[in-house]
Amino acid sequence: MREGPLTAGQPPTLRVRLSVAVALGKATAMLSRALRRGGGTTMPGRVARAVEPAVVGLLSARLPLGSVVIAGTNGKTTTAHLLAHIMRSLGHRPVHNRAGANLAAGIASALVENADLLGRLRGDLGIFEVDEATVPRVVPALGPRVAVFLNLFRDQLDRYGEIDYIAGLWRSAGAALSPDLAAVANADDPLVFEAVRELPGTLVTFGIEDDRYARPALEHTAEARYCYRCGTAYAYEVTYFGHMGRWRCVTCGVARPSPDLAARDLVLSGPDGSEFTIDAGAAGTARVRTVLPGLYNVYNVLAAVAAAGRLGASLGAAASAVGSVAPAFGRAERVSVDGREVRLLLVKNPAGFNEVLRVVLAAGPPAVLLIAINDRTADGRDVSWLWDVDVEMLAGRVGHVVVTGIRAEDMALRLQYAGIPPEAIEVEHAYDRALRRALDRAAPGGLFVLPTYTAMLALRGVLQQWGAVRGFWET
Amino acid sequence: MGRGEGVLGDVTPTLRICHLYPDLLNLYGDRGNVIVLVNRARWRGIEVAVTEATLGTPITANDADLYFIGGGEDRQQRVAVADLLQRKRGPLADAAAAGAVVLAVCGGYQLVGRFYRPAEGEDLPGIGLLDLWTEHAGPGTPRLIGNLVIQPEGGEPPMVGFENHGGRTYLGPGAKPLGRVVSGFGNNGRDGWEGAVAGHVYGTYLHGPLLPKNPVFADRLLREALGRRYPGLELAPLPDALEARAREAVLARAGRSVPA
Repeated sequence: MREGPLTAGQPPTLRVRLSVAVALGKATAMLSRALRRGGGTTMPGRVARAVEPAVVGLLSARLPLGSVVIAGTNGKTTTAHLLAHIMRSLGHRPVHNRAGANLAAGIASALVENADLLGRLRGDLGIFEVDEATVPRVVPALGPRVAVFLNLFRDQLDRYGEIDYIAGLWRSAGAALSPDLAAVANADDPLVFEAVRELPGTLVTFGIEDDRYARPALEHTAEARYCYRCGTAYAYEVTYFGHMGRWRCVTCGVARPSPDLAARDLVLSGPDGSEFTIDAGAAGTARVRTVLPGLYNVYNVLAAVAAAGRLGASLGAAASAVGSVAPAFGRAERVSVDGREVRLLLVKNPAGFNEVLRVVLAAGPPAVLLIAINDRTADGRDVSWLWDVDVEMLAGRVGHVVVTGIRAEDMALRLQYAGIPPEAIEVEHAYDRALRRALDRAAPGGLFVLPTYTAMLALRGVLQQWGAVRGFWET
Repeated sequence: MGRGEGVLGDVTPTLRICHLYPDLLNLYGDRGNVIVLVNRARWRGIEVAVTEATLGTPITANDADLYFIGGGEDRQQRVAVADLLQRKRGPLADAAAAGAVVLAVCGGYQLVGRFYRPAEGEDLPGIGLLDLWTEHAGPGTPRLIGNLVIQPEGGEPPMVGFENHGGRTYLGPGAKPLGRVVSGFGNNGRDGWEGAVAGHVYGTYLHGPLLPKNPVFADRLLREALGRRYPGLELAPLPDALEARAREAVLARAGRSVPA
């Protein structure tokens, strides 16, 4: 029923119920905004689903180009943002959920807000970032055309449980997928590859092919050290970060496939972005330039370009659109405060934090950093993960660190044991004062701010009061 | 960073730490404990040597003054336990009998017990360093997750941290609890006890980086680990200012519900 009228074959009571669900969802969104309750990114969906539990399936079936889901520990928001930008540049009108609103209610909210009371949608394509544990719940309802699997790292273990559990959820989600599906998967991550390689449909892989950016050994944050099938230690010919690399199991012979889309000839310019060639084999090559920094964003660009290709975009058009994309909300976002540049680099887990530290240090030793650690549900209530971050790489290279957030003291301790002198560590719980203190010490080049998710929202709130950024429901 | 002086005149003491399965049992920042022990020893002019013993690495009872074992995912833990039983059980038991310190955290705590009783099937043996066993609480039973505060026996300051475990642990007569639960769940969420001690073997559900915020306990482990080869060694006091602030922050939150 993808292209058919929504109401065909449905009893009138169901039609009415969907209209009521959409109407109440929209009213909730308006009310939420009027009350300034954070933009209403999930409540409209919750209300609509309470009225019509099948609202996601009913509305998404009306998208002529179908839907794309994007899953993975790190890079969901950025990849969705990239893909939406590429598709918009080709004249499409994607419907997508707001940054981080990636549970079922967030997806329902996005659909409801973009639907009229007859269930007709304003867009032609759905692009939804999906929380890794929510994949089996929303994928059957959405019936996506393309599913993107970015990476799997430990993240919020208090909420999700173990990585193997998530990989198992992805494997089992396969049963609900259509054989028309294209799974776009990171070849460099053995956990991802093992989780999706037997899903129905076409498998499109992406990876990095540039040994100059290889690390000498697997990092502490590597999750996949032993073969999922037989328990033998993976042999890595090359590792990029975490457990990303050119891996192989010498016992059962499973190995990283030669990627369908490979990034070659990388030039990383620290926090200012990167440039590389996407080699798509028979489909040709294209040079890409992006302001998104770090190796991790090379993967995000590859994933978005691969997904766009499955939706009909040419490699050249997709690559050229990537050049004009601005960072997503809080992800290497730049704002100006009193003539100084502030860059927000979200940190959520050890692997991502390490990559952000590398990006920051690539710009030279920073005079000051602001690190903001919260332990609310959206951040993960357990801050033990700070000890898995290689904070030691800051020792002797950072002049001063201001720490803020609910768990500021935990971060301060981590810094001290990483070799930062105690006198260079400043705990300031008030977000506005912490920002001010860090800005006072920042070099003219600017200030790097490394917050967890809810700390990022809080710091953005301060920046908004200062007139430096727009509200997040306006972005 | 030289925050203290050498303490035994001409002799520079050396602390030997053996980190067991750092590539497998490392789920919740477990290595933070080793980072803390290394730094707190070095700040006092004590040299430190850390060896890592993983699958297939043989160890002996004289390798180290302190053995540390963390927790892992189920799959990693199954891989580790086979090697632990086969290659490391004997040397570890000998080391513990000779007075070496063993610190076992979270999943490692379960592994040093006598056995683990799954929801179905036969008991899985542990290495029996501590007289305790762990039971699966049954399918659908919630994991015990949250900030944890315990009051050690013997008047030491409260210990703070985070716990996240599905198994419920019960002590036999040969082990004493590490402390009484002030806030959180502890060993099994029922009897009010947390952790286990026998001699210098310690086990606890205060997982991951337990030592950063519990410097008194960290120094107790250092003193016991070094005391065997360097009797009379005293540890110079450290400022522990950030440690104190981090402890206060957790204690102030203890008992309060975590905002959503």
